[in-house]
Amino acid sequence: MDSALATTDPNMPETEVHAEHEHVALPQHRHHFETEEQQREAGSFGMWLFLLTEIMFFGGMFFAYLLYRNWYYPAFAVASNQLSVPLGTINTAVLITSGFCMAIGVWAAEVRKKGVLVAMLLLTTVFGLIFLGVKYDEYHEKYELHHIPGDSFNTSMFTNPAGYGIKEEPLAPDMAQKTQIFFFLYFAMTGMHALHMIIGIALLLWLTWRAQRGDFSSGYVAPIENFGLYWHFVDIVWIFLFPLLYLINRHPLH
Amino acid sequence: MSAAIGNTIVSLPDQTTAQIPKRNYINNEHGLLSWLLTGDHKRIAILYLISITFFFFIGGAFAGLIRLELLTPQPDLVSSDTYNKFFTMHGIIMIFLFLVPSVPATLGNFLIPIMLGAKDLAFPKINLLSWYLYVIGGTLTLAALVLGGVDTGWTFTTPLSTHYLNTHVITAAMAIFIAGFASIFTGLNFIVTIHRMRCPGMTWFRMPLFVWAHYAASLLMVLGTPVLAIALVLVALERIFGIGVFDPTKGGDPLLFQHLFWFYSHPAVYIMILPGMGVISEVISTFSRKRIFGYTAVAFSSVAIALFGFFVWEHHMFIMGVSNYSALVFSLLTMLVAVPSAIKIFNWAFTLQKGSITFETPMLYSFGFMGLFTIGGLTGVFLGSLGMDIHLTETYFIVAHFHFVMVGGMLMAFLAGIHFWWPKMTGRMYPESLSKLAAVTTFIGFNLTFLPQFILGYLGMPRRYHAYPPEFQVLNVLSTAGATVLGVGYMLPMLYLAWSLKYGAIAGDNPWQATGLEWQIQSPPLTENFTETPIMDHEAYDYEWLANKTKKEVTTVG
Amino acid sequence: MAHEAIHTDAHDPLNVTNPEHAQHHIVTPLQYGYVYVTLLLFTGITAAAAYVNLGWANPVIALAIACFKAVIVILFFMHAAYQSRLIKMTIGAGFFMFLVLVTMTLTDYISRAWGLW
Ligand code: HEM
Ligand SMILES: [Cu+2]
Repeated sequence: MDSALATTDPNMPETEVHAEHEHVALPQHRHHFETEEQQREAGSFGMWLFLLTEIMFFGGMFFAYLLYRNWYYPAFAVASNQLSVPLGTINTAVLITSGFCMAIGVWAAEVRKKGVLVAMLLLTTVFGLIFLGVKYDEYHEKYELHHIPGDSFNTSMFTNPAGYGIKEEPLAPDMAQKTQIFFFLYFAMTGMHALHMIIGIALLLWLTWRAQRGDFSSGYVAPIENFGLYWHFVDIVWIFLFPLLYLINRHPLH
Repeated sequence: MSAAIGNTIVSLPDQTTAQIPKRNYINNEHGLLSWLLTGDHKRIAILYLISITFFFFIGGAFAGLIRLELLTPQPDLVSSDTYNKFFTMHGIIMIFLFLVPSVPATLGNFLIPIMLGAKDLAFPKINLLSWYLYVIGGTLTLAALVLGGVDTGWTFTTPLSTHYLNTHVITAAMAIFIAGFASIFTGLNFIVTIHRMRCPGMTWFRMPLFVWAHYAASLLMVLGTPVLAIALVLVALERIFGIGVFDPTKGGDPLLFQHLFWFYSHPAVYIMILPGMGVISEVISTFSRKRIFGYTAVAFSSVAIALFGFFVWEHHMFIMGVSNYSALVFSLLTMLVAVPSAIKIFNWAFTLQKGSITFETPMLYSFGFMGLFTIGGLTGVFLGSLGMDIHLTETYFIVAHFHFVMVGGMLMAFLAGIHFWWPKMTGRMYPESLSKLAAVTTFIGFNLTFLPQFILGYLGMPRRYHAYPPEFQVLNVLSTAGATVLGVGYMLPMLYLAWSLKYGAIAGDNPWQATGLEWQIQSPPLTENFTETPIMDHEAYDYEWLANKTKKEVTTVG
Repeated sequence: MAHEAIHTDAHDPLNVTNPEHAQHHIVTPLQYGYVYVTLLLFTGITAAAAYVNLGWANPVIALAIACFKAVIVILFFMHAAYQSRLIKMTIGAGFFMFLVLVTMTLTDYISRAWGLW
């Protein structure tokens, strides 16, 4: 509050104002905002705009998925069947739980319950890590099956499913090659999603530390709130990835 | 008071007594660190100005080399590979490191908070982060250059960029990815600032058109740039892992890359021109002493350009094998986007009509803008028509088209803006006659360079080759000669603006008698811009308000 | 300066930043709980539906459920329901631009097979 008043006072030497701005340990109210409310709303608006860019960023990949699924429908169906629906479902539940904890965390910050906030941030982190663990497991399986796109990609499972004990129609070699595009999109989209989660978890640890220190115990909740927006956005991306990658190709039309 | 020389509105304070204000944003703090860690939008603007000028001259050097090679029909100066690297580096640097940030990150950064009556942008730290990202992007570009260059063209066309070249494509793609985020953060900051930080009384329709133009451009930055980012990520992944998403042999579609790339890069041309249009609105109003004719129309046409700008990207792909039906739709939509651009030109022309026009340097550049942008825009409509495009695409006609809009348009606007706000940014005037000479030199040099290229293109000279049939030589020599003149035209401001930092006349608060809020404060401004929050009690471009205000000041002081 | 020392009250009615302001709303844990249970429920439904062969309806159902889940996350977890019109429009703009990207690109891919004139 102080610094805001100071800048409107023409007699205040400005070096001092500036120094204050630099050195305030918790610059909860920046001098260039008239009111704290203005600052808070600017912050959440900025965060939403950032999420807009994220929509467009993922949007490019979603479009690629839409296109190639239509072009190479049989390959997408068979390749998608190699993903585990139970694991996907569990992971969806895990991520939703993580999001729920985050939401409760925002509430805790708003009603200034420091203990609850810290606990919720930790839970959010834990569930995020569980998600990544399951994801790692899924990736690892694909690695062993040589289903990671690139030079070592192996299509024999799709040209000769019977040999692998899979109940699928064999694909022509030509179409089987296209499963690589499915797996590429799978890795690109879930990988980009996982990257966002990793960044999120790093931020979570930092926020937890700050929360523990008491930064958010006096009504200053913008960082928690804005991080919440980010974390829920990452959830939403997964909410779409799950059906697109795991579910919608289970019963191909012939 | 001032000595009015001839037909001019310039009014400078008495030079014998005038002084640069003791306290201002430049001398507020000292030392390199106080600049590198600043949150002040004005200082960040200066940082940006220095960096983009640096890259402008590097990009310019490549342009010079290209023109030098094209002096003769034979490939004599450099090998074709090297030539490819020249035009690629020229394009990448000029577009991503110069034109995209040119006006917004410098003038926009400096002026938008002041024009809105705010103390700073909404997120000063993100503003600084944006500059650092830009610097990292720039450094990576230089790294790609030093390590051996890139030769994909600025368009990163697949599968050329993914399969056939072993130059530093990934480094360059990463550079643009990062510089892209610099631009996203600038745009994001502007949008939030414009929505949230306007001073009391500053309604949307009292904002200067400069701010409207930046608002529109910011929307494009925020919504378009991430699509470029993902396209470049996919190119990099394709190169590293051979994943096939753009590779026809693996079932990918190279045109998907084109769609994603141009989904950004068409709007990007408006990112490059809209802020320039904002500058022109300010300059034209000030030097014809009139409110901009059809203020609302000009404001909305900026937003319309931003919106329609997203509906036309396929006009860059007409001959690439896209569907004919879809091409037809995009061709028609392309005509649509010319409408709001025309609205602006007409409104500026009507503003000039019966105005008290004076011909200061910024105004000269603005006239250059109006003429050259009109030609550039109209030839864009040529290119947007399906039949014409088949004949003209990938020829020098395109090169001429986009240089008319980007150099004739945007660079002129940038220089107009730099001259117009130089007194505000530095507190000193540039030398008037030298700068007029520079403006005229640029105009002549520009036309000499690029008009022949329209003819060359129409006659069928393809772009991006370092050799050409001998019958094209005359026009190419003209073009190279023009480029030399143009080069001089750009060196001049560099020199005299630097000179003016120390020796320029003291400008005073409002040398142009302009109405914007930025002219009502001291030059150079205080770090906090305003000593008290201003209240906007009049419309934009209200010269009567200004006259009354001045009269009142004179009477109270006298 | 022209702007004489008119007092600069932050809540000046002239201040046009206020109309864009929304009352701050705190969502209670109970409400979050409802949303959470709904999300889990629909996750279950969508996973179960994938095991039943419904022909063309499978992807439609899966995506409809995904959209529903996304909407309630946005509205409640992300508080969009209680935000100013500006924020709502921002979210709308994001999805609108995504749809522009998809549909306009599709005009090419859908009609490419129709052949040349
Ligand atoms: C005013 C309306 C405009 C129209 C109708 C228009 C139309 C076009 C069309 C149809 C093309 C594609 C030609 C082809 O590839 O065959 C094109 C290319 C281009 N335009 Fe424009 N344009 C306009 C304004 C601008 C502006 C304002 C800029 C930049 C500030 C610009 C920059 C470019 C660039 C850089 C290219 C070439 C891209 C490349 O292939 O390297 N245009 N324009
Ligand atoms: Cu275009």
